[in-house]
Formats: sequence, C-alpha cells, structure tokens
Amino acid sequence: MSEKETKVNRRDFVVTASYAVGAVGVAGVVWPLVDQMNPDASVKALASTEVDISSVEPGKSITVLWRGKPVFIKRRTQEEIDKARSVDINELKHPEKDEDRAANPEWLVMLGICTHLGCVPLNDKGDYDGWFCPCHGSHYDTSGRIRKGPAPTNMEVPKYEFINSKTIKIG
Amino acid sequence: MKKIKSIIFTFILILNSNLALSAEKIDLLKVDWSFNGLFGTFDRGSLQRGYQVYTEVCASCHSMKHLSYRNLAQEGGPEFSLEEAKAIAASFIVVDGPDEYGEMFERPGKLSDKFVNPYLNDNEAKSANGGAYPPDMSVLVKARGGGANYLYSVLNGYEEPPANIELDDGVYYNKYMYGNKIKMANPLDDGIVEYNDGTEATIDQMSKDVVTFLTWAAEPHLETRHRIGFKVIVYLIILSILVYFSMKRIWSRIEPKV
Amino acid sequence: MSDHDYTPSSKFGKWFNDRLPLLTLGKHLTDYPTPKNLNYWWTFGGILTFCLITQIITGLVLAMHYIAHADLAFASVEHIMRDVNYGWLLRYVHANGASMFFLAVYIHIFRSLFYGSYKSPREIIWILGIIIYVLMMAAAFMGYVLPWGQMSFWGATVITNLFSAIPFVGESVVTWLWGGYSVDNPTLTRFFALHYLIPFLILGLVVLHIWALHVPGNNNPIGIDLQKPSKDTVPFHPYIVVKDLFALLLFMIVFAFFVFYSPNILGHADNYIEADPLVTPTHIVPEWYLLPFYAILRSVPDKLMGVIAMFAAIGVLAILPWLDTSKIRSAVFRPLYRQFYWILVLDVLILGYVGAMPAEGLYLLVARVATAYYFAHFLIILPLLGKKERTLPLPLSLTEPVLGGSVAMSAAKHKSEKNNL
Repeated sequence: MSEKETKVNRRDFVVTASYAVGAVGVAGVVWPLVDQMNPDASVKALASTEVDISSVEPGKSITVLWRGKPVFIKRRTQEEIDKARSVDINELKHPEKDEDRAANPEWLVMLGICTHLGCVPLNDKGDYDGWFCPCHGSHYDTSGRIRKGPAPTNMEVPKYEFINSKTIKIG
Repeated sequence: MKKIKSIIFTFILILNSNLALSAEKIDLLKVDWSFNGLFGTFDRGSLQRGYQVYTEVCASCHSMKHLSYRNLAQEGGPEFSLEEAKAIAASFIVVDGPDEYGEMFERPGKLSDKFVNPYLNDNEAKSANGGAYPPDMSVLVKARGGGANYLYSVLNGYEEPPANIELDDGVYYNKYMYGNKIKMANPLDDGIVEYNDGTEATIDQMSKDVVTFLTWAAEPHLETRHRIGFKVIVYLIILSILVYFSMKRIWSRIEPKV
Repeated sequence: MSDHDYTPSSKFGKWFNDRLPLLTLGKHLTDYPTPKNLNYWWTFGGILTFCLITQIITGLVLAMHYIAHADLAFASVEHIMRDVNYGWLLRYVHANGASMFFLAVYIHIFRSLFYGSYKSPREIIWILGIIIYVLMMAAAFMGYVLPWGQMSFWGATVITNLFSAIPFVGESVVTWLWGGYSVDNPTLTRFFALHYLIPFLILGLVVLHIWALHVPGNNNPIGIDLQKPSKDTVPFHPYIVVKDLFALLLFMIVFAFFVFYSPNILGHADNYIEADPLVTPTHIVPEWYLLPFYAILRSVPDKLMGVIAMFAAIGVLAILPWLDTSKIRSAVFRPLYRQFYWILVLDVLILGYVGAMPAEGLYLLVARVATAYYFAHFLIILPLLGKKERTLPLPLSLTEPVLGGSVAMSAAKHKSEKNNL
C-alpha cells in the first residue's frame, strides 16, 4: 500500500513539475508577443523636438507636433498672465498655480489635448478666454486649467527647456 | 529495405556536402570570427575600428540606409558612449525640412537620423561609379553567399589578372569575387586609416574590423539572439526530460504494452 | 461513439451544454479512443497544429509592423529586424516556421503513404489534407514575396508566369494576377491580402480534417480496423496528449536551433538584396520545400506541358486512394510495396536535389528519369501491385495478434515493431 502511494506521489511530482516548467515557458513566449506592441527603438529615439519661437507675436500661439501630439506654445500678453495668476486656486477643479505651469510667465507650453477624451481644444474660445474643446464642451482658462465641463484635469505641461531665448526643446 | 535506407542516407550526406560546395565554389579565406558559435559575441574594439574604416573608406560610395546613429550606442553594437555617438551624428550634415517657409535646410545630425547617404539617389550613385551601383551595406553580409568570409576574402582577393583575362578600364581582377571582375578598386592599403586606439592598420586588420562591423550592421541583435537561444534550448531540453518521465508514468497505467 | 449522452456534473455546465454542447465536444476530444500502438510518426498531426498556430500568431504580429508597399516593404522588414521589440525573433520564427511546417507536413504525408492511411474509409481526410498542402504552398509562396527582395520579386515573376502557359487566355490571366504589366506594387498588396487570408482557410480545413478523422478514428501501424473503445485503444487525453507533447518538444529543439543559430540557412542570400526589376539573380531557385515540383516543371521541355506535369504531380496524390488497389493498408504486411515506397522516397529526394541544380546536362537527364518514375509509381506500379502482390496475413486485433497462427505473421509483427522504433 505505502509503496503504491509513493509511486503515485512521484508520478504526481514529475507531472506537476512538467506543468510548472511548462507554464514558465508559456509566459516567456507571451512576453515578446506583448512587448512588440510597445514603442520601438526608432519611436523612442524621436523623444525630443526643438522649436524656433522667435516669430511668435505676443497674444499669439503656435501648434507644433511632438511625439505625434499637438503642443500649444502660447506667448501670453500681460493681461492674460494677470488673469491666470489672479485666480484663487481653491476654486479650481484641478488646483495648480500658474507659476508652476509656466515658469517663464510669457510662455505657456502644454499638450494641446483635452484631458476628457483627447480632442484638440480651440484657441481663444470659451468662457475663460483660454481654450474650448468642441467635442464635449470643456472650458480652459489662459493657463490651460480646466474651469468648466467634463474634463477631469488641466491640460498637461510636458517637460521642456529654453535652449536660448529663441528656441525651446520639448521632451 | 535496409539497403535502400542506407542509400537514402548516403544520398542526403552527398546532397549536403554538394550544396555547401555549390554555395561557395572557390574556397574562401576562413576567419575564426568571434561572433560565430553558440556564445559568439562581437569584439567591441573591432566594431569601433570597423566603423572608423567604414566612415573613412567605404562611406564615400556605399550607403548604409537602414542604420541610425543611435545604433552606434546601442547594446550589442560598437557601444560608443551616448556622448560619442551624439558627436559622431553631429559631425554629419543632414538635410531636413521643409521649414515653415517651405525651404529645405541643413543641420548637424542627431542620434535619431539615419546614416547619411553619400549620393542623392541610386541614379547619381550609378553615374558616379561608371554604371556600377555600390551596394547598400546595411545587410550586405547576409546578402552574399559566403557571408563574412566572402567579404573578407574579396577585400583580400585583389591580384594581378592572369594573362588570359582582359579587363576593361575601371574593372579590376579579384580572386574571390563571383566572376572575378569587380568595379571597385582595391579600397584598402596599409595605413590608409589611423586607428584611434593605436592598433596597426594593416589590410588584414582593417578588413577584419570592417567585416565585423558589417556583420553587426546586418544582424544587430546577434548577441541577444545567441544569449536567448542558448537559454531556450536548455529550457526545452529540461522540459522534454520532464515530459518524457511524465509520459512513462502515465503510460505505465496501461498493462499490456503493444 | 457513446459520448453524445454525456451530462456535465455541474448545474451551470448542464445549462450551458444544453444550449451549446461545447462540453460534449471537449469530452469527445479527451475520451477519443486512439489506437495504443501509434508510433512517433503519428505525432506529426499535433506538431502541424502547433506549426499552423505559430505561423498565425507570429504572422499576425508581423503584420502590425510590415508595410505592403513596393517602396517600403524591404525597409519595413529591416525595421522589424532592427527596431521592433523582439521583431528579429518574431520574423525568424515566422520565416523558419514555414520550413518547419513543410518538414512536418512531408513526414505526415509520407507516414500516411507508408501505413496506407489514405485508404477507405479515410479518403476524405486524405483529400482535405492534399488541399491543405496546396494552400500551404500558396501561402508560403506569397509570404516569400512580401520582403520584396530579389528572390521575392523574381520568384513571383517566374511563378505567376506559369499561368501564361494557359492557351489563349494565359497572357490576360497573368496581367490580371499582376494588376499591371509586371510584378509590382499591386501584385505585392494583393499577395499580402491573400497571404493573410489563406492560413485561416487552412485552419478551417484542419477542423474538417480532424472531424473527418474522428468519424472512422485513427489508422494505426498494423493498419487493421480496431474495436473502439477497446483494449486496443487509449483515451486521447492524457496518453496521446503527453506523447504528442514530448515529440513536439523534440521538434521545437530543432526549430529553436534554426531560429537562434542559423536563421538564414534555409533562405537565400539574394533575398537580402532589395528587389530590382532590371537584374535577375544568376541562380534562381525556390525554397527547398518546392524543389521537387520545380524539378518536374523544368524536366518537361514544353512550357504548357511542364506546368501541367507540375500540377499533375500534386493532382495525382488527390486520386491516390483509387489508384492503390490493395485492400491491405499498412506497408508492414506488403513486402513489395515497402520496397517501392522507399524507392519513391529516394525519387522525391533526387527530384529535390536536381531542382536545386542548374537545368542542364546530367541534372536534366536525372530529373526526367525521376519525374517519369514519380508518375509511374502512382499510375502504374500502385494499381498493378495491389493485384499482384502476395501480402502477409493480418492479425485480428492488437491483443490477439495471430490469424491462424501462421509463422509469417509473427515475423511480420516483429518487423513492424522494429519499424515503429
């Protein structure tokens, strides 16, 4: 009887071990199939873009493409800056100081993508004289912060730096 | 029947050796490359020197359009540091554009740029080289029957033509080139390159280095492939053994074995 | 099969199964009574299923990165090899997978030929198998065109030109196939569409192939009809599953060796040169698995007849069940057929060899003799052999081996066991 039991146990061991080792292999096969859909090496290499901003007039903005997404670069007037900085941040849906969003107050750089469902908002529109998203009616102020409508957060500020007074490097 | 089976077996052997022969015809020079074998890896120094030979000698005619400057810093390649690779890229002039006025403009290369092509297009390449298109070198090693050995042999195969062979202008005799006629003049000469690492630039050394570089260029993931391959095969052997014993256990339930 | 009155034990299982009898199907597949004397040559059915699924999955993934355009295809393949995460692995598995698929299918076909698995009542299984094989060749050919290298381009040119041999409408048919006046971008995009479609047709046919198999059940090395289920059979799971799995793992070791250590050895160097409509490669050959047919094509001096001979070489397989007149299935009990079988194997290997050689001199002569023999085997030898051959006596079952206790039988049995190894 006991001899039979050990026999059964040993059989179970080798079968269980096969299953376990097999499962590791399946996981190993699945990973390349999943990972191939991640950004590839050539996409990752395009991570930064340099933009010449010397021709942007005060009050105007340009839209450039970075990683396939629109980036708004707005040269704000003093009036727009004052408006953005005078808001009580406790009133905001997504409280952020304008000082944190635009280190150089004259230039606002942000991803031109509505945080609701990804449409591109329109410039100089909406109840707060900032941006207005036509898809589902989100209103952004002159700092790109959400003020009214379904969008949950402010428009995102990407990593960027001024290489010199004329050029911004995004990414 | 045994006879027939053994005939088939010998036939397969003959077939194998024949195929191998027909692929090469003349015996190529054989080099004991570091990238051959189960664990083969590239010699970094050789890759870096090979890149130098490529840029200083080959690149004036041969493009490498599938490679980018970022590849020079990637793992498993020449592994230049990121700064070195950036400096290399910046030493090339890239035509970019159009800018906002619709003009093309020139700028220094970036890591994400492809290797700069020596000619504007294939037709210019042909006309500049007496009608012979200098092949793109990105996958050259894989595009030639003998692979690395073949390229090494061609680089070392320039000779005075035998008396019975007449060559046109701009055609050279090469012992290993298919058809023995080549439109590329012998590109290498002792000391034509001054290696940054102080290695002596003999023809043999330069051809080994540049062929190593071209092999990497054609197969940039060769080291990873060898590394993963070894693990996969070891894994499969272990699992086969486990499954074999599982099978024996399971089949032992059947009493009379047929 | 008694599994039709299967009732799942759980309540939900019963509810579900009454509406869609998937559990009954699962039960049928696991219990499926399989002859217990199947040897390792029978594991290639499972191996082929693995090959098909591997090709479909890696193909799907490659299609996410590949660009079917004459100007971009070659570069997109290089992009896959260089930049896409694990792209090199996926492409090498797919490219070598095609060769492994054919290796397995040839073993599967020749197993069937040896043990007479194509004979009554399994003719439909066999014919479905031949259709699958033809579709495999079509898929492999179109897949080889996609990288848009020199061999892709010229292979496509040569193979599509086969259709120009059709009397009267040949030229128009070829122009229609190309979508132009030469192999070009329209040809590439349609080949890509068809290359994507065909594997799913194959998958559907494989389901029918297995369905048709499950009606009479497996043939076996002895080739006699077995009582099912009985002492001569075992349930498919776990007995056959584990054995198929073991064989599959051995197969995968060979597969892995190609993928990781000589991924380009089965391909042709010229296909790493981008397609050039102005220059034909000096020595143009198809992939190894098509070489025997290529040899048959070239052995006939007439264009139309060559093409007919090549297609007939496959067509003759489809009518094989009616050409072989012998009532006995397994070659184990057919001493003469066994000899001819091995000669056929040799003949096909010779055809494959001369298919890779230039079509001239001795090679051409050998190709002609081998072609003639290939057809003679099926059209003359097999019909006559069934009538003339003195076969060995068959056993009644695997466990009650001897019919009339003849000495010849036990000798044959002994031999069959040796073959099974």
